[in-house]
Amino acid sequence: MRTKRILVKGNEAIAMGAMDAGCECYFAYPITPQTDIPEYLSTALVEAGGEFIQAESEVAAANMLLGAAACGKRAMTSSSSPGISLMQEAISYMAGSDLPTVIVNISRGGPGLGNIDPSQGDYYQATRGGGHGDYRTMVLAPSTCQEAYDLTIEAFDLAFAYRNPVLILGDAILGQMKEPIQTWKTRGRPAGEAESWSLSGANGRDPRLLKSLYLSEGALAGHHTHLVSKYEQMHSEVRGEEVLTHDAQLVVVAYGSIARIAKNTIRTLRAEGYRVGLFRPVTLFPYPALALAELAAQGKKFITIEHNTGQMVDDVRLAIRRHADSAFLPVYPGVLPKPEDFETPIRQLMENEPQTEEVRHV
Amino acid sequence: MYKEELAFSAPDVIVDTPMHFCPGCHHGTIHRLVGECLTDLGLVDSTICVGSVGCSVFIYNYLRLDAVESPHGRAAAVATGVKRARPENFVFTYQGDGDLAAIGLSEIIYAANRGERISVVFVNNTVYGMTGGQMAPTTMVGQKTTTCAGGRCQERDGAPLKMAEMLASLEGTAFSARVSVDSIVHLKKAKKALRKAFEVQMQGRGLGFVEFLSACPTNWHMTPLQANERVSQGLTSYFPLGNFKDTDLE
Repeated sequence: MRTKRILVKGNEAIAMGAMDAGCECYFAYPITPQTDIPEYLSTALVEAGGEFIQAESEVAAANMLLGAAACGKRAMTSSSSPGISLMQEAISYMAGSDLPTVIVNISRGGPGLGNIDPSQGDYYQATRGGGHGDYRTMVLAPSTCQEAYDLTIEAFDLAFAYRNPVLILGDAILGQMKEPIQTWKTRGRPAGEAESWSLSGANGRDPRLLKSLYLSEGALAGHHTHLVSKYEQMHSEVRGEEVLTHDAQLVVVAYGSIARIAKNTIRTLRAEGYRVGLFRPVTLFPYPALALAELAAQGKKFITIEHNTGQMVDDVRLAIRRHADSAFLPVYPGVLPKPEDFETPIRQLMENEPQTEEVRHV
Repeated sequence: MYKEELAFSAPDVIVDTPMHFCPGCHHGTIHRLVGECLTDLGLVDSTICVGSVGCSVFIYNYLRLDAVESPHGRAAAVATGVKRARPENFVFTYQGDGDLAAIGLSEIIYAANRGERISVVFVNNTVYGMTGGQMAPTTMVGQKTTTCAGGRCQERDGAPLKMAEMLASLEGTAFSARVSVDSIVHLKKAKKALRKAFEVQMQGRGLGFVEFLSACPTNWHMTPLQANERVSQGLTSYFPLGNFKDTDLE
């Protein structure tokens, strides 16, 4: 096993994770702030005998991904928010056709062209399917470059375990930040993980068909029964990180880069004597609702902080609805928050003082 | 005593089942040509069929092949992914005119320009068939459809797209032809062209493309015989038959 400590960008960590996971095909279209991924893989993957195509659009890239996945290959695409919007049609077809794929969204500010700065504005799109029809993609939200590498490897395993698209949701902070990571896996994939269903030419066996069209009466309902049961099984993969929650009176809920910034806030406030903790969902779908509900049942207060105008807070409120509510502190896309930006709202909430910052309650 | 003799049989790859196509539709004939060419070239076992959206969406019910559905218009991109993933397999798409020439124009142009080793069966019946006869990118000027009740107007809608000629202009296209199946003579030429579009893939020379002019009696509001006649008498003046790119001849 290779272990090497290297200084890389989050985007490069994802590309390296894909290489070590045994990714065989990668298709993409350039878009800031994720372009380091196609730049890296256009050389590394091809040198390793894999296939890279710079597609004519994100629409085409996502459909090339669909084709490679139908052949049972470990395949990936990456993009940023506007490009991910263009991929939603194909992602819906992949979900409907039980195709394992990995899709990376290094998200940026929206709506529309927005900006190229960090944002968590794609939470709804990522966790509610994103395209048309009832479906879910599994969503992993790394907050460090190491985790970006680790979760990319895991994303391939999960995609094939559930035959479902897996989304990695990062942002421009994670993608562009450089920090040391430890690579721990040599390139390769589990043998035979797609042999029972993938297309390879019928060659003596019964032909195989990968499709999402179910026209006859009741057939689509049967397909949904299958999909729903798959999504329920995915709940065994739910994951979250808790920091100093055991004795916390108030729990900050945040994911990805914002969770990492909030961790610093919590250290500062702890030093001042505030019993504050952090809950960081690592899987955004499935959502770690039970763990949050357990914390809520202990009588803790909650504040959700996101780099958007309020999206994940819906899931927090749903998770803790029997016991508590969550305040919400937005960081608007276009602003880069510092750890101290979160201090005053948290102090005021814990002291039951009136809020001087924009903190929303229901 | 009357003796029954099987004079005409279909290859095994063609499923012996009633098709959903309307009477007089040419899809069934074109499906058969695809099945025959795959069989003749010994490709059935290694073929991966990329379906599309439209009347031909059920091609996998009629041909015994590994198959994957693609979103509307995206077959050439899906086939690109399939072929890059499994270069040893034979890969073809089967697409209508709305699918390939309107919503999927970008995907087919770029797949051809990259010289993807795939074969494309393009069925041009000058209307959106499955949705009920709307104006297609290939609808003839003056032709009435449900979305151009007064007939296609070139000033308003542009001229019909000539896909076989357009793709012939791209470096990555190894073979491009337009054929029809309205007569025995045309059928034989069509089969020859289709075979060639398959062979260029096998030889690794680039994309093989065959445009079939196809009858749609239902949406043309014609009898099967009238529709069959329209192909030669009404379409070929604008959509000439022939090979537009044949790298063998260059």
